[in-house]
Amino acid sequence: MGNNLEVKTMAEYAAEGKQPEVLFWVGCAGSFDDRAKKITKAFVKILNSINIEFAVLGTEESCTGDPAKRSGNEFLFQMQAMTNIEVLNSYSIKTIVTTCPHCFNTIKNEYPSLGGDYKVLHHTQFLNNLLKEGRLKIEGGEYKGKKITYHDPCYLGRANNEYNAPRELIKKLELELIEMKRCKSNGLCCGAGGAQMFKDAEKGNKEINIERTEEALDTKTTIIAAGCPFCNTMISDGVKAKEKENDVKVLDIVELIVTAQDL
Amino acid sequence: MIQYLPNIIFIGVLFFGLYFFARNLSRLYRNINFGKSIDVRGDRKQRFLNMCKIALGQGKLIKRPVSGMLHVIVYVGFIIINIELLEIVLDGVLGTHRIFSDYLGELYGYLISTFELLAFLVVVAVTIFWLRRNVINIKRFFGDNMKGWPKNDANIILYFEIVLMALFITMNATDTNFQAMNSGNLISGYVAILFDGFSNESLHIIERACWWAHIIGILIFMNYLYFSKHLHILLAFPNTYFAKINNLGEIDNLNSVTNEVKLMMDPDMAFSNETTESEEIEKFGASDVMDLNKLQLLNSYSCTECGRCTSVCPANITGKKLSPRKIMMDTRDRIEEVGRNLDLNNGVFVDDEKSLLNDYITKEELWACTSCNACVQECPISIDPLSIILDMRRYLVMEESSAPLELNNMMSNIENNGAPWPYNQMDRLNWKE
Repeated sequence: MGNNLEVKTMAEYAAEGKQPEVLFWVGCAGSFDDRAKKITKAFVKILNSINIEFAVLGTEESCTGDPAKRSGNEFLFQMQAMTNIEVLNSYSIKTIVTTCPHCFNTIKNEYPSLGGDYKVLHHTQFLNNLLKEGRLKIEGGEYKGKKITYHDPCYLGRANNEYNAPRELIKKLELELIEMKRCKSNGLCCGAGGAQMFKDAEKGNKEINIERTEEALDTKTTIIAAGCPFCNTMISDGVKAKEKENDVKVLDIVELIVTAQDL
Repeated sequence: MIQYLPNIIFIGVLFFGLYFFARNLSRLYRNINFGKSIDVRGDRKQRFLNMCKIALGQGKLIKRPVSGMLHVIVYVGFIIINIELLEIVLDGVLGTHRIFSDYLGELYGYLISTFELLAFLVVVAVTIFWLRRNVINIKRFFGDNMKGWPKNDANIILYFEIVLMALFITMNATDTNFQAMNSGNLISGYVAILFDGFSNESLHIIERACWWAHIIGILIFMNYLYFSKHLHILLAFPNTYFAKINNLGEIDNLNSVTNEVKLMMDPDMAFSNETTESEEIEKFGASDVMDLNKLQLLNSYSCTECGRCTSVCPANITGKKLSPRKIMMDTRDRIEEVGRNLDLNNGVFVDDEKSLLNDYITKEELWACTSCNACVQECPISIDPLSIILDMRRYLVMEESSAPLELNNMMSNIENNGAPWPYNQMDRLNWKE
């Protein structure tokens, strides 16, 4: 795998007087979290491999405000939102793709009434569109026939009714998808949403990520796919707690594609 | 004159039944309107469609096939058998007996047969409901706060339904003329065998007693609704109509905050007169029911306490105190308490030093929510417990500054460096290396 990622910032595009096809909103996890950074890179590799003109905001990007809003801090959320909207509008951004369902949900649903109206896509939707347009080709590669299960992120699934795009990609990878007992609109949360990622859980008899991981492990698959950096962390932690990290991999769909296509 | 006594008594009973029902409804309306206004305009067609699919069509109930099908039986039975109520009322007022039979001829037999069959099925379904609640160990009927009144309420409703249906069948079974017609007595024909050997006189007395008990029972049941979770038979319809039609992931942006943030971000605006109109200091978020909006209060009155929400709540499943059903029940208990306060004080709320927060719902419950929307998705009539949780979190954070320490750290990180973790914004592109 080559490590030469080609990433241009929006500022660079603007300096050249050009407009990219899409803005890749990397998100805080994708920018700073070591595990999530790999997902960011994998997505960029795919974009690079088919020469998609995309830009990132780089140092001009800031938290969407999702965890603040879900904690109840509407002030901080709207400060973040309006600052981000100002940046996005100054570059006349039309289409945004993001690897994080929380950023996706916030920009898509909560920015419009504050003056930020964009077409927002989750990376699985974006790639699925490219697939349909014939610009992206996916084959099974080394995964052909392997068993996989997919965890629906709440903020992609129930929150925005997207259950198909990730499953279509899994199908293209010729993987055998074994659904968990609770899937799609019945999917169980990983435990990170609503700002829970940043605090300890309240007293109970189990951690939510363990409950979910046990269900995923029940499918007896060797890969657990997710489409959210936070779900990824929670379930990875769950797999470690169950001492299964040598047998079961928790991967984002773009990581599967990168490995399968040997990018 | 004396021959009209039953008519007069009937009209009196009916009048009182309807009068108290109207009074209950007006109190209900007043209590719901104690909440804040909410914008529910937009896409009436979509709203109407949702109501038809979810309330009228029972679309979401069927997701759990056993309880769903049983519910559909009781629901269809309830609606269709109520056509019979029209005849009963007309008979009572006019002093006639089975007034429709003269006009409908053969059709009358089919109609009553349908009612009888449905009544029988309702009895069967309700019996299974009772077993599910009291004998079979189904967690959602035994969990958290399903003791005392909520449990009794559920059983009272079931007993009411069984008794009303039994009265209806017995009334038909002891109606000698009706049995002699031998058309329409699909079920009561078999029950009539039990009354073999009874004199015509005593049969008539039993028939009349059942007839009166049936209609009075219905009037009592109607007035019981206001105090019961059974209110959903009326409120499910407006509730599904007014329910959120946007993506579940969208949380409303507080307009009051938008104005303040705009002022902060644009110093020019601070000196213009445009936004300084409302000097009233607005309270952010909700600590009591009057801070909630009308839809949230309607939600609480519509809740049937079925517990499907709690049974899918990740926090509740893993033993945390949070239960979305309890959030709805607490909200209703509190608005009812506020309603009684209004009744006692001529419609003016007198501070009772209580609030929804702390006295009913604890912080521990509120902070356990992952905002996953499973409860909202699951509710058969589109109740949204999450919106109440978030409004109460808003109060805790913006009015009380009492978020858990870790969340305060997260928020100050966002404030200082634009990320929930303490990383420098200038390092945002370092992943590339």
